[in-house]
Amino acid sequence: MTSLNTHSDPLILEMRSITKEFPGVKALADVSLRVKAGEIHAICGENGAGKSTLMKVLSGVYPYGTYTGDIVYQNEVQEFKDIRASEHAGIVIIHQELALIPELSIMENIFLGNEPTKRGVIDWTEARKRSIELLARVGLREDPDTPIKEIGVGKQQLVEIAKALNKSVKLLILDEPTAALNESDSQHLLDLMLGLKGRGITSIIISHKLNEIEQIADEITIIRDGKSIETLNVKADGVDEDRIIKGMVGRTLESRFPDHEPKIGDVLFEVKNWNVGHPQIQDRLVCKNSSFFVRRGEIVGFAGLMGAGRTELARSVFGRSYGRFISGHVYKDGKELQLKNVRQAIDAGLGYVTEDRKSLGLNLLDDIKATTVSANLRKISKHFVVDTNKEYMVAEEYRKSLRTKTPSVEEGVAKLSGGNQQKVVLAKWMFTDPDVLILDEPTRGIDVGAKYEIYGIIQNLANQGKAVIVISSELPELLGLSDRIYTIFEGAITGVLNKDEASQESLMKLMTSARKTASPSETIQN
Amino acid sequence: MNALKKLFGGNTRQFGMIFALVALIVFFEIFTEGRTLTSGNVINLFNGNSYILILAIGMVLVIIAGHIDLSVGSVAAFVGVCVALFIRDWGLPWYIGVLMGLGLGILIGAWQGFWVAYVGIPAFIVTLAGMLIFRGANQLVGKSNTIPVPTDFQYLGSGYLPEIGPKTGYNNLTLILGLLGVAFVIFSEIRSRRNAKALGAEVPEVWVSVLKLVLVCGAILYATYLFATGRPGTSFPIPGLILAVLILIYGFISSKTVIGRHIYAVGGNRHAAELSGVQSKKVNFLVMMNMSLLAGLAGMIFVGRSTASGPFDGVGWELDAIAAVFIGGAAVTGGVGTVIGSIIGGLVMAVLNNGLQLLGVGADLTQIIKGLVLLIAVAFDVYNKSQGKRSIIGMLMKNFGRSSEIKADETTQTKEVISRGI
Repeated sequence: MTSLNTHSDPLILEMRSITKEFPGVKALADVSLRVKAGEIHAICGENGAGKSTLMKVLSGVYPYGTYTGDIVYQNEVQEFKDIRASEHAGIVIIHQELALIPELSIMENIFLGNEPTKRGVIDWTEARKRSIELLARVGLREDPDTPIKEIGVGKQQLVEIAKALNKSVKLLILDEPTAALNESDSQHLLDLMLGLKGRGITSIIISHKLNEIEQIADEITIIRDGKSIETLNVKADGVDEDRIIKGMVGRTLESRFPDHEPKIGDVLFEVKNWNVGHPQIQDRLVCKNSSFFVRRGEIVGFAGLMGAGRTELARSVFGRSYGRFISGHVYKDGKELQLKNVRQAIDAGLGYVTEDRKSLGLNLLDDIKATTVSANLRKISKHFVVDTNKEYMVAEEYRKSLRTKTPSVEEGVAKLSGGNQQKVVLAKWMFTDPDVLILDEPTRGIDVGAKYEIYGIIQNLANQGKAVIVISSELPELLGLSDRIYTIFEGAITGVLNKDEASQESLMKLMTSARKTASPSETIQN
Repeated sequence: MNALKKLFGGNTRQFGMIFALVALIVFFEIFTEGRTLTSGNVINLFNGNSYILILAIGMVLVIIAGHIDLSVGSVAAFVGVCVALFIRDWGLPWYIGVLMGLGLGILIGAWQGFWVAYVGIPAFIVTLAGMLIFRGANQLVGKSNTIPVPTDFQYLGSGYLPEIGPKTGYNNLTLILGLLGVAFVIFSEIRSRRNAKALGAEVPEVWVSVLKLVLVCGAILYATYLFATGRPGTSFPIPGLILAVLILIYGFISSKTVIGRHIYAVGGNRHAAELSGVQSKKVNFLVMMNMSLLAGLAGMIFVGRSTASGPFDGVGWELDAIAAVFIGGAAVTGGVGTVIGSIIGGLVMAVLNNGLQLLGVGADLTQIIKGLVLLIAVAFDVYNKSQGKRSIIGMLMKNFGRSSEIKADETTQTKEVISRGI
């Protein structure tokens, strides 16, 4: 564990000059990875650098023969022909999109494909006994019979790990394990990884959250453009976030946020005493008497833990697209708005960039130009007929101004990287020319370089006099971007802090405690 | 190749289907010793399949929106029998009968659309119920009898363009129609080239456009010749005319209008569409309603052709229409498909049917062959998608016309874009 004797630790895995080609492109070129037994090894790189491809080679998704180079695992050259083969050897990969079946129980999921049998019949007594043990090992206090769909993402992640432990895992690979988790669940998961390390399980973690990597990793391998750039020893090399970023992007980023001089005007958008019920469960409120306002040219952040009700608040304001509306008022320029559906909200000058690009924000079958105009077809139509020339020109214009990387606007959005997809989504909403733009997790799953560009776009929108709301789980992002930050806890707004008085600690405190609801309307006048 | 692909919606399977269709026609023309491409046979082929092709137009929209309609055969039969009864028992003129038939189709569609869109019952269930309900209703109101329709009404299903103007030895109206078709194709090609140039987008080489026009116009003119030289009294059939008008209207609606875009959006990702301001319930309702409207029309054409409405009209039509749509490149999961592709898919099935019949192949074997064609056409596409490769035809066409490989410009790192897509 200590850095002094790490060089003498035996390697559990060595991937030697792995090259993987797809038709027309070299996804991995001569990549090497050396993982010592019993350590936590992080792999960092921008989106598309080849991290996931490397892990797919390792786990047999890309079978032996489709790549060149050697995988030496436990001192033997391995030739995995599928995932089963690598799992048999003790390598288990947990993907970002969890492979759990929502309708089945925790226990059934843990043993899925690996059911304990007695004469061909599933032995549920044994399964229960073992699942209780496994759940205790990952620190999950849930009845094994609970259906997966009833527990949160954080707990589902733990079930995945329990499932891996059941397969007597020796090398655990986690691809973006904390991307969808809130701070406390993330922390629990990281602690669990350290615990597993204590029991001799080696882990490889892929993550964009560099602070977490800094916290738990022993070594970091950085991949850029399909090549392994360097391997850093966290303790010996004194690695910090900036050092990792430098390796990932190949240069030092001066600042993670573009310079921005806010030009804040009068109150443009205001929501008062907003109450919304849960769509399925009677009597449960997802928004409790929430009030907030945004001024012209202002970027307002919304901080809260996952499930605190940030998205629910935004979507219910955006044309009641979530939950059961109970009561509340929405004002724009002092006039009350009645927004009963999304169309009315868009027409009134609201825009909402969804948190989940793939399932809520994009039609992955569409091309860039159709996506760009999809929320404002009317503007390029005459008598309900779409002018495809205008469509092309509009899309071209946004491609240039947002610097979207694509061969042409006729390319399918599914082929774009996360950052470029997000630019297309932003273009779609910019084309509706909203006065109020709500951005829900605008940089999730986006690499550092593209984040910087997205921040620039957001600041530009604010400079044009729009009211911008940013919802984010990453506090540094909110602190760097927002002029003012509201905190939400269990559906209620618990406080509001100006940029200069906000810090991670002060926000965290408000995000985790119910307080007397602040009444922001009193502070408007000053 | 891009240009040719674009004409048919840029879908490899549809593109392949056009070649398959041409190959089939050539094959049968050779093996039936010239009996396939005769006036009589081509007219017959259109008359006998127009109602399925009309259903395919409605069905492709339903399938793009992510639904299915199993009730079309029963709805067609029910509308057919009702119209036959209106005309016989109430003594209504044929055109009032047709209007009432269309109205009835809309009502039935509103009923099914209500359950699908506003109650949220899967269309499979709603239309399975509709299939039973309207088949039963057809037999109930018709007392399981055959009900004849007057000659005026039969014109709808078995009429031809009349002979007018000077005696040219050809049917003049058919000739005019053919020439209009050619003019339309040439005009739209010129316009699309001009637009592409104005926008600075890719403009296909001139020879590609010319070749395309020669091929398409040649096909239109040859078809015109066949239709215009039939035995006396025949020419371009009325059902074919109705079909052509519907293809133009629905092709336009699906590709160029706001509602068309919305149908694709709802089928592609309903949630994303809703959060972009698309009223998905309305879209679903309209799509289902439109299907029953077209089913009613198809039913009336069939009744006109067979001179009477019967209790077993339209049995199995839904399956023919659905097969046509999937052969024509639509995806089971919704969001993908084109009107023209479905028509080509329907024609593939029709030519196959017709050719096998001419060769004297029995109905048993014909069904087996049709089933295998459907399976292979879709399997071919699924396989290609999973391999990320182009179809065999696509590969053969690689060096034909413009290469479809993407080129990088200064703001583009193609390599990166591609690698991220993997």
